[in-house]
Amino acid sequence: MIYSAKQRVTESLAGLGRFTWLAKEALASLVTFKVAWRDLLYQVYFIGVKSQAVVLVTGAFTGMVLAAQTYYQFHKVKMDTATLAVVGVSLCDELGPVLTGLMVAGRVGAAIAAELGTMRVTEQIDALRTLATHPVDYLVVPRIAAGHIALPLLTIESICVGIGASYLVGVYLLGIDATYSWVNMLRYTHDVDVMIGLIKAFVYGGLIALISCYKGLTCRLGAEGVGRATTEAAVYSSITILITNFFLTLVLGKIASLL
Amino acid sequence: MIEARNLKKGFGTQPVLDGVSFRIENGESVAIIGRSGCGKSVLLKHLIGLLQPDAGEVLIDSENIVPMNERQLLRVRRKFGMVFQGSALFDSMTVAENVAFGLRRHEHLTETEIARRVAETLEMVDLPGTETKNPAELSGGMRKRVGLARAIVYEPQIVLYDEPTTGLDPIMSDSIDQLMLRVRDRLKVTTVVVTHDMRTARRVGQRVLMMHDKKIYASGAPDDFFASRDPVVRQFIDGVADPKETPF
Repeated sequence: MIYSAKQRVTESLAGLGRFTWLAKEALASLVTFKVAWRDLLYQVYFIGVKSQAVVLVTGAFTGMVLAAQTYYQFHKVKMDTATLAVVGVSLCDELGPVLTGLMVAGRVGAAIAAELGTMRVTEQIDALRTLATHPVDYLVVPRIAAGHIALPLLTIESICVGIGASYLVGVYLLGIDATYSWVNMLRYTHDVDVMIGLIKAFVYGGLIALISCYKGLTCRLGAEGVGRATTEAAVYSSITILITNFFLTLVLGKIASLL
Repeated sequence: MIEARNLKKGFGTQPVLDGVSFRIENGESVAIIGRSGCGKSVLLKHLIGLLQPDAGEVLIDSENIVPMNERQLLRVRRKFGMVFQGSALFDSMTVAENVAFGLRRHEHLTETEIARRVAETLEMVDLPGTETKNPAELSGGMRKRVGLARAIVYEPQIVLYDEPTTGLDPIMSDSIDQLMLRVRDRLKVTTVVVTHDMRTARRVGQRVLMMHDKKIYASGAPDDFFASRDPVVRQFIDGVADPKETPF
């Protein structure tokens, strides 16, 4: 039992070391700009364009639910017209980037891990290496760069659709005054809220791609290994987003308060 | 020139190579044979730096590649082409894109020039006009040929073959053997073939190395080797199971 615990700790530390090495290699490759534009564009399409439907639906329904819940509470204290202000700040600061990140982690993270895992099992990654191509340059960096580009764009879409949907629910379904709602939202939602959301989305995009690539590249051989890597990519990416969100909220909130 | 010096490699507690040494001269054609699971493919992967040994050296043109990191190895790997047992074609690409991969990554050629080189190489492996096909549409033998075309299109100095005829019928195996000889003679490449197909070893190898008990057990020209009276070599060549081993 002691041996087993020791082995698990050793394996965890070794895994952390491999992940750090991958992050270092990817960063070095990113700054020396070894990215192939064609691959980068395809990944932006795959991560960004193909995730739009799921992100837009998530954004719209989150905005609508948030508007309804906020209205029911604020209505009790006669603050109906503050509803959209709460929705705007919440979507920009937290819900927009986090929910977009979680949805993309589920859709794209699993797909990346499955693709790279299958490539590993079928020796395609070894074939890349024999063709004098570094797998990090060819497979990991375009995905990380695409994640950094696509997530902020998806988050903007999600926030816009969420606010639009909450406006429709608030004004046309719940009967809140349109003008006051809109003015209050603009009054309390600042540029810095949008910036915080975009910075978070930028970070999550890179994290999802990095974690998923790591899981795919290091998966165990065989169908079970690929399946496990796929699940772990989605789960670990989601958990990392939630944990990182807490620290980013603290740090970015502190910086914003100093501005 | 390829040289292995006292290579040792194990996976977990299981040793696979235990002091393997040999030397292959430029332009030479060597077949490495041995029983399934004896470490032939592991040895081959050490020659191109896909695996790192626990001890020992691998010298490519007198340069030890063992201490090199992945990026330093990229320069050395441009000298190599490798054909994998399962072909390892990129399944998201067409045949032409697979074959052109090395050219696009490392040589500054126009699309017309790349298309011409790809067509020439596919012609050489007897697969003309298959450029637009996907790997999933190809048979096992065709996939091996595309893998070979991908490995030789940029004219490497050394070509490594990992079980090139495994899983193929005798006629297709013969065709792949002829292809390996054609590539060797036309491109003047150093050839290393890992196989347990005796006919391939005899036809393609100018020298045969036999692995047994984690070491190079025997070595020699094909005629001498196949006439050997050593009981271990004889048993392998004749394909006779050990009578002391109980099958059930």
